[in-house]
Amino acid sequence: MRIGVVTFPGSLDDRDAARAVRVAGGEAVALWHADTDLRSVDAVVLPGGFSYGDYLRAGAIARFAPIMTGIIAAARGGFPVLGICNGFQVLCESHLLPGALVRNDRRKFVCRDQRLRVEKTSTFWTSDYAAGQEIVIPIKNGEGGYVADDSTLDRLEGEGRVVVRYVGDNPNGSYRDIAGISNEAGNVVGLMPHPEHAVETLCGPTTDGLGFFTSILNRLVATS
Amino acid sequence: MATVVVDVMPKQAILDPQGQAVAGALGRLGFAGIAGVRQGKRFEVEIEGEVTEERLAELRRAAETLLANTVIEDFTVRVEGAETEV
Repeated sequence: MRIGVVTFPGSLDDRDAARAVRVAGGEAVALWHADTDLRSVDAVVLPGGFSYGDYLRAGAIARFAPIMTGIIAAARGGFPVLGICNGFQVLCESHLLPGALVRNDRRKFVCRDQRLRVEKTSTFWTSDYAAGQEIVIPIKNGEGGYVADDSTLDRLEGEGRVVVRYVGDNPNGSYRDIAGISNEAGNVVGLMPHPEHAVETLCGPTTDGLGFFTSILNRLVATS
Repeated sequence: MATVVVDVMPKQAILDPQGQAVAGALGRLGFAGIAGVRQGKRFEVEIEGEVTEERLAELRRAAETLLANTVIEDFTVRVEGAETEV
């Protein structure tokens, strides 16, 4: 199964995302922001970093990169997309996911291991987790505060689209402790913490992040 | 050549940590009577030729598409030097 990882100018975590795909047993395919060819991949990861230097707003310029035209159209049709950190910001700017990410309420860049509760396991990217399972993966962001108006938040909660929620200290002021959400169909997932940094104990706090990558690979195998 | 100004501000309901930090610093510097600060962005867009209603409509579309994220921000568009928003 081929999982594409997009590199924008300023992406930082594309290598780690590709490595996580390989550790999970998939084939990682490099995709370039200025290309339009999705190279026949079965799913796409938008990695963390500071695409286009976070100029204007985080993710605001990346959202209009040539590669995104095809990804946005495909995602609306059910194509699997995972956005991590800056990738989550890109998905919100693309309106594939509702809401937005703003500067952390504590005004500091936060970098630490973070406990999360996986609340939605019916998405394409979280089916290998148990509902309510707590995981610990790194978080590192300056603009990770998830915000949306109350009606949007109520709708997300009502439709069970909060995928992961912060447990304990909320690191960035995200409304309702939301760390990650999905679209209605569950093929598009975005989260601020970094599962790709927690796939090997040598250089991560746990291997709790691996489930995001095995989930999509298992699903693709089962449906191919 | 005319200049069109697009002002982008965080919505009232959205937390503005930058504005809060600035307000806090002003207080520490002894500037009294400041109840709050909100920080936004100002874009000065140079327009070739005449500013027509059509061009302004296009700029409003540009502001909505790229300059502002209307989920969290409001924007206004006005011609530099003009008294009122257009």
